[in-house]
Amino acid sequence: MAFDSLNEFLQMGGHAPYVWAAWCVTAALMVGAVLHARFERRSLLRDLKRRERRAMSELSRNEVNEA
Amino acid sequence: MPRSDTLTIRESRGGLGGAVAATLRRDLILMLRRRSEIMNPLVFFALVITLFPLGISPEPALLTTIAPGLLWVAALLATLLSLDSLFRADYDDGSLEQLLLAPQPLPALVLAKVAVHWLMTGLPLALMSPLLGLMLGLPGGSYLILAISLALGSASLSLIGAIGAALTVGLSRGGVLLSLLVLPLYIPVLIFGAGAVQAAILGDGAAAHLAILGALLSLALMLAPWGIAAALRISING
Amino acid sequence: MWAFIHKLGSPKWFYGISARMQPWFWIAAVLLIAVGSVWGLAFAPADYQQGNSFRIIYVHVPAAFLAQSIFVGLAVSGLVFLVWKIKVADMAAAVMAPLGAAMTFIALFSGAVWGVPTWGTWWMWDARLTSMLILLFLYLGVIALRGAFSSRDSGSRAASVLAMVGVINIPIIKYSVDWWYTLHQPASFTLTSRPSMPVDMWWPLLLMVLGFYCFFIALTLMRTRNEILRREASKRWVRDLAREEG
Repeated sequence: MAFDSLNEFLQMGGHAPYVWAAWCVTAALMVGAVLHARFERRSLLRDLKRRERRAMSELSRNEVNEA
Repeated sequence: MPRSDTLTIRESRGGLGGAVAATLRRDLILMLRRRSEIMNPLVFFALVITLFPLGISPEPALLTTIAPGLLWVAALLATLLSLDSLFRADYDDGSLEQLLLAPQPLPALVLAKVAVHWLMTGLPLALMSPLLGLMLGLPGGSYLILAISLALGSASLSLIGAIGAALTVGLSRGGVLLSLLVLPLYIPVLIFGAGAVQAAILGDGAAAHLAILGALLSLALMLAPWGIAAALRISING
Repeated sequence: MWAFIHKLGSPKWFYGISARMQPWFWIAAVLLIAVGSVWGLAFAPADYQQGNSFRIIYVHVPAAFLAQSIFVGLAVSGLVFLVWKIKVADMAAAVMAPLGAAMTFIALFSGAVWGVPTWGTWWMWDARLTSMLILLFLYLGVIALRGAFSSRDSGSRAASVLAMVGVINIPIIKYSVDWWYTLHQPASFTLTSRPSMPVDMWWPLLLMVLGFYCFFIALTLMRTRNEILRREASKRWVRDLAREEG
């Protein structure tokens, strides 16, 4: 352990703003990328399902008309 | 039958040289008819150089130190400016498609087009640069190196830039995009070109820099024609 | 071999196999980055010259590695796409480019922030940072070119060509910038190169680099799957899939 206390760890020997800024921006971008990918997947699947439902309902309507 | 065989062989052998010469001649004539297109990069070059003393300071000592980089950056931008028209007119009137349909290998034909582009922009810029160098107070002895480095370097610039021009020729607003694509690739040429002039000013031999510029040019000559050809096919067929 | 490549090229097959591979890369990425972060932030000894500010190395170097590797990845996928017309390669390239630009940005930002305690300024025209900046422009060019075409296929092929041109130029740019820097700057000390680094500092760095690579692979798999769903939305198997999941 390079630090004696939590406080010292957070202070980073006076370099706190730099170290934490670099780490936080990195973490934010990486987590943001993952969240974006998850959101993208969910919305794509939702669109697909909506499209599928519409196709199905159109199909059944056509069958009714034909009957 | 054997007779027609010899005929086809002779035709294909003469074909490539003839096609390259024809492309060269055609492009040269077209360029010479539109003189303003040759003049514009030169005027632009002179204008940009005029802006710097006005924007920074007319003090000779300062101008002398920044002159090599300034001249090179301005020449590079002038080349960039002329790139957009490299394939544009041919694309608009459909003769680019004819070039693609020609039986001769496309890389050789585009090399001829790029050679004309260099003759009409790079070379005049290089010839004009000593005059602007004089106005910026470039020390004597570095003028020849400046012209040689620009002549060598601008050939690489034309070749690399032609890839970008070929990629963006099909786009209606390709101009800004073209500079975004091409400028990062120009950096090595800029570094060694301006370095050559700097070395000449400091009195170290500029031969090493010129050799590297030559190496960059030969690399570009080897690879760029294929890139340009591939890019043109994408722009035309897509 | 050929059968394998063509199977790999089929979006449907790729969609299946990537679903099975993805969790492992996520687990590896989370574990490696977690261990590497705690080790690097709290347990690695402080640098004798830079004090604790050197701990930025644990995000700066992995991001810079990844930024360069991803551009090579772009060029390789571009080549595969142009030569074998494998669509998955282009989908991967399309999702890799923004991630590469983000990694370049991280490397630049952390380098600039690191510069404040080390050099006393936010920006130095340091060889490494300058090359990174040029790399960022190359990424932006590839992304912009892909978006500029109205037909997706043309955009894909143009971006592939540009990525290949760029990857040939990157070593030349890197060497010329290094050369330029040594000419203009008296060799002051650069951020990350040092004669000897204690082993305790190396290990977390290695873990972080590996973790970043796993993260990149996992995220690329995930987003390539999204891209498959988007581009193949009208295919039978994708529609079946949507019905099953619903």
